[in-house]
Amino acid sequence: MRDLYEFVLNNRELIWRETINHMWLVGVSTTLGLIIALPLGILLSRKKSVAKYVLAIVGVIQTIPGLVLLGFAMLIFGVGTKPAMVVLTLYSILPTLQNTYTGIIQVDRGCVESAKGIGMSKIQILFKIEIPLALPSIAVGFRMSVIYIISWATLAGLIGAGGLGDLIWTGLATYENNYIIVGAVLAAVLAIVLGSVIEGIQGLLTPRGMKIGR
Amino acid sequence: MKAININFLLVYEHLIIVLVATVIAVFVGVFLGVLAYWHKLASKVIIWVVDTVQIIPSLALLSILMIIFGLGNQTLIIGLGLYSLLPITRNTYTGILGIEPSIREASKGMGMTRLQQLLKVELPLAFPLIFSGIKVAVVTGLGIAVMGVLIGAGGLGYPIYRGIQTRNTALIMSGAIPVVLLALGFDYIMTKIESLIAKRRSP
Repeated sequence: MRDLYEFVLNNRELIWRETINHMWLVGVSTTLGLIIALPLGILLSRKKSVAKYVLAIVGVIQTIPGLVLLGFAMLIFGVGTKPAMVVLTLYSILPTLQNTYTGIIQVDRGCVESAKGIGMSKIQILFKIEIPLALPSIAVGFRMSVIYIISWATLAGLIGAGGLGDLIWTGLATYENNYIIVGAVLAAVLAIVLGSVIEGIQGLLTPRGMKIGR
Repeated sequence: MKAININFLLVYEHLIIVLVATVIAVFVGVFLGVLAYWHKLASKVIIWVVDTVQIIPSLALLSILMIIFGLGNQTLIIGLGLYSLLPITRNTYTGILGIEPSIREASKGMGMTRLQQLLKVELPLAFPLIFSGIKVAVVTGLGIAVMGVLIGAGGLGYPIYRGIQTRNTALIMSGAIPVVLLALGFDYIMTKIESLIAKRRSP
């Protein structure tokens, strides 16, 4: 224990730097993923015939282990932060995309019909009815994306992306348990904290009308 | 591109590791689910704990378990078992909660003990939901088991990791293809069984 304390004290700059690196990796890739997934999910909900195939492919991609995808990214794009960022961004699209699509599809047809009935245009229906009602589902998908990406970002240490994974990989390679403990605990804490923050936001995003009577 | 040689011994080992972990997780998970159902306070704690375990990055959880339990298959099985707890425990809990109160009352009225109620009424009725929890556990477990190579366990992670280190696409593929096929195959078969169970239940 004392050993661990001294280790943290001696390496606090490294630990701090890698924590920031990790948050940077996760922040950029999930934000980009969200920006791509939202319009894509909305488009898919308009073209259900295409959506079936796209979602099937998304499902297959999700069964590919992270280690494999990162390995291929390294073979194609080389080592470093950029190839890791590309894979993390692409992967973070998937859960958000799925939930945006199902969220919009599952909006009560009656609500859409009555919006039409009071003379809303298609754009108005989208922004005032469908998206607000789908927001809780989208938030659940985004939370999954963030949690997955925090996990994958630790793997990305393998292809030289930096971040908390770097500490764990160093520890595994050199049998230095202190590196492993610090990296693993910080990654776990980051995932748990961000997960509950998004859960909190999700509660705020739920339209008041959807909470009544529950 | 070199030929892709799939090592079936590794496929077999991979499968066995995941199945052993799942079987253990089913026993522990169903037990925890029932416990959560019986005690209101316990339900909060249990669901929170299994939820949190699920959130921990797999590399982090496995490497910490390695420090505690050492290198080898047993550590991977413990890690996979922990990840499999959430879907099984949660589905057991919600499955039992969702049973119609009248059925429960009837079994009580027939003079069943609490254990009889559980084994003869509640668990059988919750089984379809528990089964879909097991499906999720198996399919995700097959993917996570690849990480086992980092903590000295066997299975298909080995060719993948060696392939990445030696930049050998064929070697990576020889591990990745069976993993994906296994996951898709189990997903397909268990979804079929799921709908069969559902069909038999609803008259």
